[in-house]
Amino acid sequence: MISHPTAAELSEAIAAFEAEHAIPGDARQTFLARVTDNARATLAREAEHGARLEAEAVERLTKLMGETGDYATLNAELCEALRDGAIDPQDPALLAHLRATAIGQIAIDQPGYGGLAALLDG
Amino acid sequence: MDVAAALDRLAPRLSPTATGAVNVRRLSGGASLETWAFDLTDRTPLILRRRPEGAAMRETALPLASEAALIRAAAAAGSPAPSVVHVCTPEDSLGEAYVMRRLEGETLGRRIVRDETFAGVRPGLARRCGEVLARIHAAPTEDLPDLAISDARGELERYEAIYRQLDARRPILEAAFRWLEAIAPPPPERPVLVHGDFRNGNLMIHPEGGLVGVLDWELAHLGDPAEDLGWICVNSWRFGEWRRPAGGFGDYDELLDGYGGGISLDRVRFWQSLGSLKWGVMCLMMYQSFATGQDRSIERAMIGRRTSETEIDLVKLMETT
Repeated sequence: MISHPTAAELSEAIAAFEAEHAIPGDARQTFLARVTDNARATLAREAEHGARLEAEAVERLTKLMGETGDYATLNAELCEALRDGAIDPQDPALLAHLRATAIGQIAIDQPGYGGLAALLDG
Repeated sequence: MDVAAALDRLAPRLSPTATGAVNVRRLSGGASLETWAFDLTDRTPLILRRRPEGAAMRETALPLASEAALIRAAAAAGSPAPSVVHVCTPEDSLGEAYVMRRLEGETLGRRIVRDETFAGVRPGLARRCGEVLARIHAAPTEDLPDLAISDARGELERYEAIYRQLDARRPILEAAFRWLEAIAPPPPERPVLVHGDFRNGNLMIHPEGGLVGVLDWELAHLGDPAEDLGWICVNSWRFGEWRRPAGGFGDYDELLDGYGGGISLDRVRFWQSLGSLKWGVMCLMMYQSFATGQDRSIERAMIGRRTSETEIDLVKLMETT
């Protein structure tokens, strides 16, 4: 469900970093090590919640689009409908779906992000 | 490239009392531009900004010589800025680069918005940012290096074109493009010098002196003054302090009071929303350099996963407008 990058791409990038020779005290490498830790945590959250979130998204999309299909198909159709103006960007049913989508993905990518608290606050 | 050796040879030209360069060290971050800190033997603290060999320039990024010229122009207009000491020439063997004074302070947003060290300057910081932006925007534009001109509609079109090329299916970004297109303000009557990246990370903050330097002029252009005011309000640079829209340290009205009027909150909020959308597309773009194999670092892969922070911010903005 989640792309740009997919979980497989993240795993690949983690493995590539782990295969590099450590340079003690190198600022860039220290920074990249921290990014790698974050990537591992993201993958763990995705493994735990990804499938459920995708199933929920398919359910919402089925209602919103009035069609059946897998996540990729329905999501692509929604994007098309927004692009050509068939769905208004401020349509309440659309916004409800987008809201749930955003909350689901931030829970995997960055659960501590302040924007989540801001959205739930309003 | 031996940066330390090249700086050592350059030292006497940077200060008449220096015989060499010491403590040369690369600072972390920045993949498109390198930043090096060093001292001269007479203890002058300096910074070298250079473009690494073969680094692709961002489409809109300025040559470093122009960036140096803009720092000088901003200082002349009354903005706090580091003084530019030397713009490198080919004889310096440093590539495209310039040297400036190293300012004392902090650029890390997380510390600026949270640490006790900055508690004393935080309350006045949003107002000060407004004041400084007003000075930058008042800089005479005739003497500046060649800069691109942009406006709201043009920026939207440019970023939508980039998004289309990336072949991503992001309904929140799709909705945001249509929403912002419908409410985009007309171009300003007089395009001003826009910093283009005025946010935590590019602002040098001193625990007592507050804002002591506006850094990284690489994205400067002529355009809508509300662009800079909106950009510093993007939630991505609030470092968790989401209740304080101006940089995570102040409110909209403090920022606008400091600016001195003439710009509506609606216009600032439009540019803030466009800022979130642009940052979302930029995250996807940086991920793309991983996908295409141009830069296989974990940093480039992971930045794609920051797109969702802009999406959650955009949903909030679309709900409340």
